[in-house]
Amino acid sequence: MAELKGWKDIPIGGLITEPGSSKKFNTGGWRVMRPIYDRSKCIDCMMCWIVCPDMAIIQEDGIMKAIDYDYCKGCGICASVCPKNAIEMKPETEFQE
Amino acid sequence: MIAEQKKLAITGAEAAAHAMRQINPDVVAAYPITPQTPIVEKFAQYVADGVVDTEMIPVESEHSAMSAIVGAAAAGARAMTATSANGLALMHEIVYIAASSRLPIVMPVVNRALSGPINIHCDHSDTMAERDSGWVQLFAENSQEVYDLIFIALKLAENENVRLPVMVNQDGFIISHGTEIVEILPDEEIKKFIGEQKMMYSLLDTKNPVTYGPLDLYDYYFEHKRQQVEAMDNVRKVFPEIAKEYEEISGRKYSFVESYKADDAEYVMVALGSTNGTIKYVVDKMRQEGKKVGLLKITMFRPFPKEEIQYYLNGKKGVVVLDRSMSFGAEAPLYAEIKSSLYEVAVRPQLGSYIYGLGGRDITPDMIRKAFDDAIEGNLVVDEQRYLGLRE
Repeated sequence: MAELKGWKDIPIGGLITEPGSSKKFNTGGWRVMRPIYDRSKCIDCMMCWIVCPDMAIIQEDGIMKAIDYDYCKGCGICASVCPKNAIEMKPETEFQE
Repeated sequence: MIAEQKKLAITGAEAAAHAMRQINPDVVAAYPITPQTPIVEKFAQYVADGVVDTEMIPVESEHSAMSAIVGAAAAGARAMTATSANGLALMHEIVYIAASSRLPIVMPVVNRALSGPINIHCDHSDTMAERDSGWVQLFAENSQEVYDLIFIALKLAENENVRLPVMVNQDGFIISHGTEIVEILPDEEIKKFIGEQKMMYSLLDTKNPVTYGPLDLYDYYFEHKRQQVEAMDNVRKVFPEIAKEYEEISGRKYSFVESYKADDAEYVMVALGSTNGTIKYVVDKMRQEGKKVGLLKITMFRPFPKEEIQYYLNGKKGVVVLDRSMSFGAEAPLYAEIKSSLYEVAVRPQLGSYIYGLGGRDITPDMIRKAFDDAIEGNLVVDEQRYLGLRE
């Protein structure tokens, strides 16, 4: 999450005065279940990339690279469509320190 | 320099329409409701006659009227509407959005009792339901004040340190349909006084795009509410300057409160709206009898002028607060504010709460005198809510 500003440093009325600012809003903070990706099982079919509603699958030239946890909300669609069960959903509590 | 003014015999509703004509707003969206209807009726005539350049939107409800005005104001237009009672209640959701989106809208409100049972006559229950909405609330005593306060309201709303919507309240029928002499300033003087609106965050400014009304969760909503508090504080600083500027062209003085013989009075009545005129009459009568009574008229209800109240009421023997609305199960709105303001004064007066005029019930000089007499006789009991003109 980007550093939050005080009331004197933000535009009035809840206005957004710059385009594309939603990039700064890391919706991954809402996630309850975290997708864990196993490269050894992956066949790069890109099914997860197609279905991800948050564009949180990072790929390069058709090669699956990683999951972008800044924006992944943990919906689990990627895990459910994966033909090789290469994505497993785990509770976020397992990753808390 | 005070401009030469034309005297017209008009109603409060017509006074509001005249003020709107001289403002020449870009957009007016309105829905008819008694007793507000003659304002937009008269204004629609100006539009039809080509006297103003306004885009008039006849909408299907007050919720839509306020929504259209919010959109127009966000685009950077001078946008106005007017309403009463249930119409204002139907706007309620968007009334908050106008204030929190910091849109400089001016809305004449013709005060009428909220249903039910259904009633079309004056009380302040409609506007009091909006007292925490974040709008500035001004109350006129007569048609002249309606006319004057609308210009002051516009300049206040558009001030860059304020950017808040303003309601200019007038008592339904008593002011809105009563004919009085109103002094009208020349069009060019008003044009000069209100000036051009300085564009801020206009939706039509494509070089500086903005988004209005985005989702604002636990991370920033609180900060935006704090900004509204600041804007209200700024009203306290800016209003006297604007009022002074208006006085220079009109010769008419406006402040947060008006003291009518309150300075040396021992017993002071506090009220909103048209009843102040009747109270002044009673004060004059009682002064002739040697009774030291006075009036503190509240012109600005939001933000609440606490310092002025403390200044005038500290050390008085008795203070009678008149309310034309109630808060069921708690103290009446104006009484609660006055009582809260007096918490910090050095010498607290005896306090009395009197409800009057609900649903348009007449308030007579005798009733006002009765409340003053209670104060003079030392017969005020704090928090004992009493009623003027109610049958037991």
